[in-house]
Amino acid sequence: MSIKRKPNLSATIALLPTWFVAVVVFIGTMAWSIRLSFTNSTLFPSSTYVGLAQYSKLFSSAKWLASLQNVLIFGVLYVAGCLLLGFLLAAALDRKIRFESAFRTIFLYPYAMSFVVTGLIWQWMLNPMLGIQASVRSLGWESFVLDWVVNRDMAIYALVLAGVWQGAGLVMVIALAGMRGIEAEQWKAARIDGIPVWRIYVSIILPQLGPALAAAGMLLAMGVIKTYDIVVAMTNGGPGNATEVPAKFIMDNLFGRQNLGLATAGATVLVLGVIIAVAPFRYAMHMRDKAKGAA
Amino acid sequence: MKTMMKLFLAGVAFAGLFASAHAEDKPTIEIMSSWTSGGEAAALNVIKTEFEKRGGVWKDSSIAGFGAADAAFQNRIVAGDAPGAKQGVIGLAAADFINQGLFNPIDDVAAAGKWADALPKSIHDLISYDGKIYLAPTGAHGESWLFYSKEAFEKAGISQEPKTWDELFADLDKLKAAGMVPVAWGGQPWQQTKVFNMILLSQVGIDGFLKIYVDKDKSPASVEGVKKTLEILGKLRGYVDAGAAGRNWNDATAMLITAKAGVQFMGDWAKGEFTVAGKEPGKDYGCMIVPESKGMVYIADALWFPKTGKAETDKAQKLLAEVVMDPAVQVEFALKKGSVPMRADVDKSKLDACAQKGVELMSAGAIVPDQAIVLTPQQVGALDDFVDEYWSGGSSDAGAAAENFFAIFE
Repeated sequence: MSIKRKPNLSATIALLPTWFVAVVVFIGTMAWSIRLSFTNSTLFPSSTYVGLAQYSKLFSSAKWLASLQNVLIFGVLYVAGCLLLGFLLAAALDRKIRFESAFRTIFLYPYAMSFVVTGLIWQWMLNPMLGIQASVRSLGWESFVLDWVVNRDMAIYALVLAGVWQGAGLVMVIALAGMRGIEAEQWKAARIDGIPVWRIYVSIILPQLGPALAAAGMLLAMGVIKTYDIVVAMTNGGPGNATEVPAKFIMDNLFGRQNLGLATAGATVLVLGVIIAVAPFRYAMHMRDKAKGAA
Repeated sequence: MKTMMKLFLAGVAFAGLFASAHAEDKPTIEIMSSWTSGGEAAALNVIKTEFEKRGGVWKDSSIAGFGAADAAFQNRIVAGDAPGAKQGVIGLAAADFINQGLFNPIDDVAAAGKWADALPKSIHDLISYDGKIYLAPTGAHGESWLFYSKEAFEKAGISQEPKTWDELFADLDKLKAAGMVPVAWGGQPWQQTKVFNMILLSQVGIDGFLKIYVDKDKSPASVEGVKKTLEILGKLRGYVDAGAAGRNWNDATAMLITAKAGVQFMGDWAKGEFTVAGKEPGKDYGCMIVPESKGMVYIADALWFPKTGKAETDKAQKLLAEVVMDPAVQVEFALKKGSVPMRADVDKSKLDACAQKGVELMSAGAIVPDQAIVLTPQQVGALDDFVDEYWSGGSSDAGAAAENFFAIFE
């Protein structure tokens, strides 16, 4: 049974600006850019409608298709990599080691950096002429090769490497906080039963960290969609299309190529993609809540 | 989304644009340019010095990277906060702005300075839109150049400039054998496209080049020309170092200056870097038009003058246009930047050996326009994609790629 509450007038008025911003700025501009994607706009918005022409152009563009594939590869590996490494780091710190807070700071530090900085650092390190490859070779191992950034097949994994290096610290902190929330009794009980430590982590600790890790994963996944700066800093989409991502494709067409129509079509597809990905999840949550309510 | 908001706000800002007309003060101007490398900055400084000498106030907004500066400029325009002047190229990129009425014409300056007589007709046509003059040309660049380090050539035992592509490849082999990087390769798409174009011109000639880019001709002869071009381009892959991907052009030039590399394909702005490093053409480095080429690809820089609605800026724009086209400034600028003066009536004796060659080709009419002059920015982007994909993809099938080339005009 729900209690019917009278709408509070002053609260409604106080919220008006927020409503205005939500409708005009967020929904309005979104609608506007969707509208633009059906026009032949180039540098400036135009009102000549061309139907789905921009979309057919978009999906016949090898660059766009490559960007979708790249963001998928990057996204899956980046989120999975961060979660795995973050959890392992947290588990290691949880073993009551010495200098824990120093390690915590070191591991979290990369996350405080901007992706541009991360990207540049890794670009230098992986650049075969300057970084790791060059220094190992100068030590005498002449045939050593680490050219991921300039290698067409490996460049995307170089991005994943840099991304995981940056993002794992966040997962570590969240997971560690979760682990500290787990009662010591469980540890004692498990010890008495003689269960090995790794087994405790996998079968007892990990399931209880579910919500914390889900939150961390969600934060990372949101970053994947807008991946832009790390790509620009590290590879600028190259070599060829090897590390092109949708956000960069959209930005390039918005500005460098004066191609508003195609850029907004790309942006629309991206929004649609997010909705399609999130909708079943939301639906499942809704149904579960409903089922709970009925019980 | 942020961009959309800016576009949305542009209308509001525009209203303000017409409202303001303030007290006439010193002619003040904000210049937005991407001229940030040593030679470029020195050249821009020539204009600045003269502009300030004549009473102007100069505010520099330099942004490294041509594309980055363009993006920032569009943002500023759309936000209704245009800078007083923008360095850009002469060509279709400016057309959209002018058609939207966003730029100030500089007719009176042009008339007073008799630009119509001083400039080559083709350039005069390119800076005029609907009978009005909008752009102030600063200089022209040849883009068919092959620079080489004399020291590197000596070490490798090369005594003569190669006349054909085969000879060039033989020389590159010698450079490789001598332990140097044969080609200092700039690994950004725009640079690769320029190499593609200079090879194309050497393969199809001036008429063929214009047929492809201006008439969008897809005859068997054109396809064959593109195919041969791609074959040569593909062959060059074997002569670049592993760090080439994404490399800036001036970093590549530095490899020649330090004699780490043998040759560089680049526009003549690379000379500006040599000059800043204290190197002399003909003595420390050589310049030649790429083998088998009967002409030169060119691009022309200019200043654009957006409407700002400020009287002192309008005044400054006119003063700046005057300064840029001053014969002495044109020569001084060209020396620093490595370009060729736009005015036909300047004293060319001061120009270096390389620029002299360029002037010769230009006055003989043996030139073809860069893609930025004849293609829309969308098509230029598609061309960059095409060349980059071929270069980095390692595809050996030049024939199939040549067929795809013409899709950039769609």
